[in-house]
Amino acid sequence: MKKTNGSPEASTLSTAWDYTPSPESTEHIHLEKQYELFIDGKFVKPGAGKYFDTINPATEQKIASVAEADEKDVNKAVQAARKAYDKVWSRMPAAERAKYIYRIARMIQERSREFAVIESMDGGKPIRESRDIDVPLAANHFFYYAGWADKLEYAFPNRKPNSLGVAGQIIPWNFPLLMAAWKIAPALATGNTVVLKPAETTPLTALKLAELIRDSGLPDGVVNIITGAGKTGAAIVGHPDINKIAFTGSTDVGKLIQKTLAGTSKKLTLELGGKAANIIFEDAPIDQAVEGIINGIFFNQGHVCCAGSRLFVQEGIADTVIRKLKARMESLIVGDPLDKNTDIGAINSKGQLETINRYIEIGKNEGAEIHQSSCTLPGKGYFCKPTLFLNASQSHRIVQEEIFGPVLTIQTFRTVEEVIEKANNIPYGLSAGVWTDKGSKIFNLTSRLRAGVIWANTYNKFDPTSPFGGYKESGFGREGGLHGLQPYLKF
Amino acid sequence: MARLDILKTYKIYIGGQFPRTESGRYYPLKGKDKTILANVCLSSRKDFRNAVVAARSAVAGWSSRSGFNRGQILYRIAEMLEGRKKQFISELILQGVAAPAAETEVNLSIDRLVYYAGWCDKYQALFGTINPVASSHFNFSVPEPMGVVAAIAPEDQSLLGMVTVIAPIIAGGNTCIVLASESKPLCAVTFAEVIHSSDVPAGVVNILTGSSAELHSHFASHMDINALVYYGNNAAQIKLMQEQASTSVKRMFVHAPATAKDPKAQGPYQIMDVQEIKTTWHPIEQIGPGKAGY
Repeated sequence: MKKTNGSPEASTLSTAWDYTPSPESTEHIHLEKQYELFIDGKFVKPGAGKYFDTINPATEQKIASVAEADEKDVNKAVQAARKAYDKVWSRMPAAERAKYIYRIARMIQERSREFAVIESMDGGKPIRESRDIDVPLAANHFFYYAGWADKLEYAFPNRKPNSLGVAGQIIPWNFPLLMAAWKIAPALATGNTVVLKPAETTPLTALKLAELIRDSGLPDGVVNIITGAGKTGAAIVGHPDINKIAFTGSTDVGKLIQKTLAGTSKKLTLELGGKAANIIFEDAPIDQAVEGIINGIFFNQGHVCCAGSRLFVQEGIADTVIRKLKARMESLIVGDPLDKNTDIGAINSKGQLETINRYIEIGKNEGAEIHQSSCTLPGKGYFCKPTLFLNASQSHRIVQEEIFGPVLTIQTFRTVEEVIEKANNIPYGLSAGVWTDKGSKIFNLTSRLRAGVIWANTYNKFDPTSPFGGYKESGFGREGGLHGLQPYLKF
Repeated sequence: MARLDILKTYKIYIGGQFPRTESGRYYPLKGKDKTILANVCLSSRKDFRNAVVAARSAVAGWSSRSGFNRGQILYRIAEMLEGRKKQFISELILQGVAAPAAETEVNLSIDRLVYYAGWCDKYQALFGTINPVASSHFNFSVPEPMGVVAAIAPEDQSLLGMVTVIAPIIAGGNTCIVLASESKPLCAVTFAEVIHSSDVPAGVVNILTGSSAELHSHFASHMDINALVYYGNNAAQIKLMQEQASTSVKRMFVHAPATAKDPKAQGPYQIMDVQEIKTTWHPIEQIGPGKAGY
C-alpha cells in the first residue's frame, strides 16, 4: 500500500501512481436517528430527556442523537445490574455463562463489517484498521474470555476466586468497540454484571453492541450501556452500589478517580496515558524499524495510549533513519476514513485536533525542528498532517506530555545506558519498543525498560491472550490474558 | 559494687547506616514499671526522604540479583535471627509480651523468613505466562518488582509484623522503607542489626521509628514511591493515604492489623501485590518448509 509520488526515494520512477478512491459502502449498515440508554435489556429514554449529537469527524455531519444519562439513569442501570447479579448471573453455572459470551463473540463476527463501517464513521479511524484490527480483536476478546468462565479455579493456585458484583466501566474514544470488549468480556467471564459508559464522541458501536447483546438473549441487566460525558462517568464512579471501577483514559482523570475511591472498598483498575520510547539501534533492521516507527506513531492517527511517540535513534544511523522516515511519511495517504486506501483518517474530534495543534505550536516554540508530510488535507473534517519534531530534547513538553495525535519527537543517543535513562525518565510506563538484531541486547533493554508492554522488533501488536497495562502513572491492573481476570475477582 | 549496665541507643536504619534522626527529637519508651527503656528516634519527613533516596538507588542492584541469590540472602537473615533469638525474646518481654508468646513470635518470624527465602526463585514460574497469541510472535509475561515500597508495619507485633511486611517486598526484588510499631519499636531496630549483618545490600531495607500520625501523609505523598503497604485499621489514615497516593498513581495495599499473626498472612500473593506484569513481544520468522522440525 505505497503511494510513491512526491517521495524522494521514488524520484527515480518515471511515473506517478495515484490510487483511485475506493470507499467502503455504507448502504448495508443500519443506524437509528436517535439512541436511548440500554438498561435492563431495553432501550429506555433518559429521565431528563437530554440528548447530544455524535458527529462524523471526517465530514463534520451529525450521525445521530444520543441520550445523556444523569445520576438517576445511572442509578437505574446500577440497580438493574445488581438485580441481574443477585438473581441470575451469579447463580448461573459458569459453563452456561460461557455460552452466552461465546454467542456474543460469534454475533460480532457475523456483523463485523457493519461494526467496522460504523466505527470508522463515528470515530474517524481508517476502515483498514477498524475492519482488520478493532472489530476482529473485539470478537476474539469475547471468544477468549468465554472459555475462562468455567476454568477460573485453575488460574489462581491455592485460592478460590469469587466474583465482585457490579462493575462500572468507563472507556475512551480511541478504540470504542475494542475497549468495550476489553471491559465487558472479562467482567462477564468472572461472573460480574456491568454498567458501561462509552466516550461521548464515539458511542455508536457500543450502542450497536447493546442491540447485539439484546438480540443474543443475554439475561436482562447483565450488561447495561449508558451514554453521556464526564458527569455521567462521575456518577458511575461515585455510585455506592458499584463494587469495581475499570477506567481507560487520561492520567488526569484516572488520578481523580483514584482519589474519589479513597476510603471505599471499591476495587479499581486504571489504564491511563503513555509516552512510549521507540528505540532504534545501529544494528537494527532499518527498513523494518522504519515501518515499525510509522506504525508506532501513525496507527489510529496516533490516538493510542501506547503509541511510540518518542523516537530514540542511535547517532550513527540517525541521518539514514530520518531520511527514510520522511520518505515513508510522504507515502501515507491521509483522508476519508472509509476509503480502503487510507492510512491516516480523521482526528477524533474538534477538541482533540485543537489539542494536537496546540502541542505542535508548543513544539515549534520550544525550538524543535518541525517536519510535516506534504500531503493535502481534505477541506472538511478534522485532519492533521503526519508530523515529526527533530532535535527534540528531554525537557521539552512535546517529549514529556502525551499528545495523542500523529506527532513524533525524535532524539538521538549514543549508549545503551543513556537511552535507558532517557526512556525511563518520564512519569509514564505503558509501553516501549526496541529495534536491534542482537538478542542479548533485546533482553537487556526489555528487562530494564520500565513499562508494561515491550515490543521488540515489532510495535503496536495486540491479542486477547496478551496482558496489557502500565507501570507508574500509566495505571495499574492488566487487561487481556490470564492476568486480566484478577481485577474482576476476590479471593 | 554492682556493675553498671550499658544501655543501647536505638537509632534508625537508612542506606545501611544507623544515623540518629535529623530532627533531634525522640520519644521515651516506658516499660511495665514505668522505667524508661529507651529514647526512641522520632523520625522526620527529612529522614523519610533520605530513606527514599537510599531505597531508590538500591533498586537497580537488588532487582537484578538472581532469585536464587535473593533467596540465599533471605535465608541468611533467618540464620542471623535464629542466632540472636534470646535477645529478641527478652526485648519482646521488655515491651510487655508474655514469655511463651515472645518465643512463639520469634520462631514464627524466623520460619516466615525461611518461607519467603524459598519463594524468591519460584513465584516467577507460577505467575509468569507464555501467551499463545494468534499472530506470529513469541509473547510472554513476567512479574517484575515495582521499585520502592513504603510500608507502615503493624502496631501490635514488633518483630513478626516487621518480618511479615519486609519479607515479601524484598523477596520480589523491591526495596523498602518501613515505619516500625510506635509502641513496640525495640525489636524493629534490633532487626535492622540482623539485616545489616545478613548480606542485604545497603538501602534495600530502611527502618524508621516514630509516629505514624506524623509520617503517614509523607509516605503517601512522596512522588518517588511506587507502592504503599499499610497494616492497621485507622480509617482516616487509610483514606488520606489513598487520596494522596493518587497524585502519582501509587498502588496501595491495606491489611487488617491482626493478619500478621495469621499463618495465612504469608504467601506468594503478598509478593505479587508489589509486582508489575511485563509483557514482551518478538516476531517469529516464518520462513522455510511448513511443519519443519516435527
